Amino acid sequence: MEHAIEIRGLRKSYGRREVLHGLDLNVPAGEVFALLGPNGAGKTTTVEILEGYRERDGGEARVLGVDPGRATSDFRARIGIVLQSSAVYPTLSVGELLELFAGYYPSPREPGEVVRLVGLEEKRDARVRTLSGGQLRRLDLGLALVGDPELVFLDEPTTGFDPAARRRAWETIRGLRALGKTILLTTHYMEEAQALADRLAILRDGRIVATGSPRDLLDGHTTVEIRYRSGVEEVVLETEEPTRVLHELTADALAAGRELDSLQVRRRTLEDLYLELTRDGE
Amino acid sequence: MRLFLHELAAQQRLYWRSREAAFFTFVMPLVFLVLIGSVYGSSEVDGIRGSTYLLAGLLGYSVIATAFAGLAITLVVRRESGVLKRVRGTPLPTTTFLAAVIGSTLVVIALGALAQLLVGRFVVDAGWPSRPGELAVALLVGAACFAALGLAITGLIRSAEGSSALVNAIYLPLVFISGVFFSVDSLPGFLQAVAEISPLTYLLRLVRECVVAGGEGLGGALEAIAALAGWGLAGLVVAVRMFRWEPREA
Ligand SMILES: Nc1ncnc2c1ncn2[C@@H]1O[C@H](COP(=O)(O)OP(=O)(O)OP(=O)(O)O)[C@@H](O)[C@H]1O
Ligand SMILES: [Mg+2]
Repeated sequence: MEHAIEIRGLRKSYGRREVLHGLDLNVPAGEVFALLGPNGAGKTTTVEILEGYRERDGGEARVLGVDPGRATSDFRARIGIVLQSSAVYPTLSVGELLELFAGYYPSPREPGEVVRLVGLEEKRDARVRTLSGGQLRRLDLGLALVGDPELVFLDEPTTGFDPAARRRAWETIRGLRALGKTILLTTHYMEEAQALADRLAILRDGRIVATGSPRDLLDGHTTVEIRYRSGVEEVVLETEEPTRVLHELTADALAAGRELDSLQVRRRTLEDLYLELTRDGE
Repeated sequence: MRLFLHELAAQQRLYWRSREAAFFTFVMPLVFLVLIGSVYGSSEVDGIRGSTYLLAGLLGYSVIATAFAGLAITLVVRRESGVLKRVRGTPLPTTTFLAAVIGSTLVVIALGALAQLLVGRFVVDAGWPSRPGELAVALLVGAACFAALGLAITGLIRSAEGSSALVNAIYLPLVFISGVFFSVDSLPGFLQAVAEISPLTYLLRLVRECVVAGGEGLGGALEAIAALAGWGLAGLVVAVRMFRWEPREA
């Protein structure tokens, strides 16, 4: 399959400190790929190298077949960007800004349609400076999409979204995927990665420590967690044989005429795996 | 060209919406012209009618305030807030963007000059410029020179907060010693020496040759054109090396 993004041995240093120590990564065209990792792991650095903002110090990178270190206007017409932090002209209105950006691209989407897509219909004529944090972020998403790009980079796109807006953004991203677009996103929300990503990579201190589909990553770990309260004490059991353990537990409790207070049986989540892989000193 | 006009229109809209820039670069010269012009308009400065002297001075003031101070402050504020970074992520070529930003200051200067000429003629009796066509060229040369210097200085400024302080500290003193309001000859010697290297002094000489009756036009101030070209080139060299699209990396 054609890869939208290919990275081999990517390295980057700020001053003397190396923050990316040779990343390898492929993102096939048409995939939603999530980059996870703790603060400072190197997600933004990686994404901004691929967008053509920062120069790499080693390794190879190809984005849509182009070296992003030589980003041209044609290349930028094919990508959409939500930066982790940036700004737009505060004195323009939402509608004016989308019109302005639409004009930069050869075949843009209709700005009015984009306003609806990100749920800013009521703010269309509002000046950017009057938007709330989450509304600004939605505008950022709209600006990333208005050029109708093939590949979209989303660096923490839903940070600050309320739950309804987040669901809506997920629908938008799924919609893009259905149109055959490729999406590289970073997020600190595990349920977001789980809901959207075909595949993901977990980055820690500039190295990839796991990569695969959410299902594959969790399949290797079949542990189930059982919790209940015994008196004042919280009991946590981790087991690969939940049926047997649970049967024994409930049988004992029945025999003793006790209740297993606050009983919970939980499958391991992506979050558990993430926390384990990114724990300090591992 | 379509892209340039698209961006130029946006930059114009942004300019007129930023009340501060519009006040300092467009409204203030008109206010000065009326207020100061009615105080000493009919006395003589350097053998020229006061209001005519002042009109020429304020035409030059508009150029430095718009193309140098306004441009530099606007760009630094946009750079530090992250607007420039976002713009650079679009297919708009950086050269088209900068051309439109500078083009927009030329539009402002042209409209401002027109307004000043009208007020000069009908309110403070400064007369019409003797060589209007050459005046337009003089203002264009000045704007090009100061825009290059404005781009250059953005590279030396580190923060949005510091930008107006530093820029004002440079251009306001220049305005006072370069002969906008009164003759350079009335300054103490060491200030005259500074005035001798100030690009604004040369722009004003050029402008006065085109405004006052009996002025010799561009041909009468070739050394001023050379000085402005020199400053402009120096600014361009620094700008090309120092201009940044993002806040400084740590
Ligand atoms: N411009 C810069 N100058 C110097 N160091 C930087 C710069 N940008 C990032 N770093 C450092 O590089 C490392 C990786 O930063 P990066 O922003 O890529 O992390 P991240 O994974 O995106 O983190 P977060 O989740 O907080 O956004 C951090 O240690 C950071 O301090
Ligand atoms: Mg980041």
